Amino acid sequence: MFSADLVTELEEIRGRFPYPKAAMVPVLRRVQEEKGWLDGETQAWVAEFLSVESIEVHEVVSFYPMLYGQPVGKHVVHVCRTLSCDVCGGKELWKHLEKKLGVGRNGTTADGRFTLRAAECLASCGTAPVMLIDNERHENVGPADADKLLEATS
Amino acid sequence: MKLSNVISARFDKEGSTKLKGYREDGGYETFLKVLKEKRDPAQLIDEVKTSGLRGRGGAGFSTGMKWSFVPKDSPKPKYLCVNGDESEPGTFKDRQILEKDPHQLLEGVGLASYAIGAHTAYIYLRCEFKQGIATVQKAIRKAYEAGLFGKDIQGSGYDLDVHLTMGAGAYICGEETSLLNSIEGVRPYPRNKPPFPAVEGLFACPTIVNNVETISNIPHIIKNGADWHAKLGHAEDPGSRLWCVSGHVEKPGVYEAETGFKLQDLIDGPCGGIRGGKKLKAIIPGGSSSKVLLPDEVAQVTMDTPGIRAMGSSLGSAGIIVLDETTCMVDAVLNLMKFYAHESCGQCTPCREGTPWIVQILERIERGEGREVDLELIEDLASNIEGRTVCALADGACWPLVSIVKKFRHEFLAKIPAAARKEAVTA
Ligand SMILES: Cc1cc2nc3c(=O)[nH]c(=O)nc-3n(C[C@H](O)[C@H](O)[C@H](O)COP(=O)(O)O)c2cc1C
Ligand code: SF4
Repeated sequence: MFSADLVTELEEIRGRFPYPKAAMVPVLRRVQEEKGWLDGETQAWVAEFLSVESIEVHEVVSFYPMLYGQPVGKHVVHVCRTLSCDVCGGKELWKHLEKKLGVGRNGTTADGRFTLRAAECLASCGTAPVMLIDNERHENVGPADADKLLEATS
Repeated sequence: MKLSNVISARFDKEGSTKLKGYREDGGYETFLKVLKEKRDPAQLIDEVKTSGLRGRGGAGFSTGMKWSFVPKDSPKPKYLCVNGDESEPGTFKDRQILEKDPHQLLEGVGLASYAIGAHTAYIYLRCEFKQGIATVQKAIRKAYEAGLFGKDIQGSGYDLDVHLTMGAGAYICGEETSLLNSIEGVRPYPRNKPPFPAVEGLFACPTIVNNVETISNIPHIIKNGADWHAKLGHAEDPGSRLWCVSGHVEKPGVYEAETGFKLQDLIDGPCGGIRGGKKLKAIIPGGSSSKVLLPDEVAQVTMDTPGIRAMGSSLGSAGIIVLDETTCMVDAVLNLMKFYAHESCGQCTPCREGTPWIVQILERIERGEGREVDLELIEDLASNIEGRTVCALADGACWPLVSIVKKFRHEFLAKIPAAARKEAVTA
């Protein structure tokens, strides 16, 4: 399913632990980067790679917000909704993006380009409001900055 | 207000993340000296104990004391886990260390591992730290290449493997036993304690979990000595900490200062005062899980464990959230309660069910449909949650909640229709 290079990389990650299952989260994150989201086939592949049952992979995937067990758009946008961002322009940023992308929380644009999600505190409270585009952090994001960032994301 | 620069000394240097620069500044000398002299690990633990260092992750427990709980005679391998989950609202200091001076952390990892007798260390970072992960991963590789980690380090006979691993966006993974389950690849539900991780932690082996900033203090303490550290700041809670200021100040950011300063001085001095010349309404001083302070309390409080305790709050993770007069406190606490309701792992009924109920009650008040008895209902719920759960997430939800409802009762009442006030209901 994956290139030889990626498998080598995953094997290195697996080798960091006394048993394979402990590589679960970093391996899932890495294959998600490759595939966009963790469909059944990918989860089954990971289960075999880590010598565990598929259900054990599913239990983990279904727990973590940053592991996607459902399809997402080509790019995932996370906007921080927690207090420091919220009181420093986060609310406005969120409203702006909902309007601009024409979707609500967890919605994906009709063209499949963007999924809009709310994130809890991203540990960047001093440069609020903060958003992630495909896990890249952007700080002090006003509505106009957000427009530019989205345009530059193809 | 005097700022200090122990942990942040190299943050703004060019190439601060590089091994070369770190070594030019004397980096890794302490670690190599300890290995060369085959220092007694028990003596290093004592050094950390007498330094007075307290954990920077939130609970403020004595680091040396914690290390001393690792059983010396256990035949099992021992582990060090560095907690870089940093998800407590208002906290953004560990990220600075990861992105700006990763070798300072890695030298601390080397020293701490040696002291507790670990030959494997895991650095656990939240996956949203894309830059931090890349920077630390590269630093680990460089340290291996320079023979600072690996087998028989510099001929000392000491082996140490240092690995990076990660979470995937769940606040609960910062709780130390949840973190262990997260690393083990199972659902990260916090564990019942005892057994404490020092006795039975990762892979059922003795494990020390310490915060990124805690571990970054270790090279300085071993290099300069316990007495040096014990004299920094407040005598009962010494040290130099990274304070994260966010919200309504002119200059938010991370400021390093020795404990014992006046919070008001930090706000008025380095932070440039309240944004736009507005008036202060409230400060949540130790990450979102601490009790709120009113302006007159802010004016008095000193930032050290005894000082903040005297005001009924805690230093927590040093995330100082400043709210000005334009803030609606009902709105603010609702925002936080949504956070806890979302982040509850669902293991304990009071936390799983209670936190969303509180959200619903607050939403009702916010909509103007609340009743005065709702305020008592909130307190009653909180008293049935606090202290009755596996981990402290639930307590951390109750502390800001109850303190805000109590200290800002008038703001809640103002949103409650006259007909739903007590006088009206009982009349
Ligand atoms: C819900 C919850 C979240 C926590 N999150 C973190 C965190 O993100 N980082 C951290 O270092 N400690 C966190 N802690 C505290 C840890 O459980 C633990 O006390 C700490 O990592 C120990 O390190 P220290 O002694 O160096 O502070 C959290 C605790 C709780 C209850
Ligand atoms: S208190 Fe909440 S977060 Fe902690 S273990 Fe119980 S349900 Fe999970």
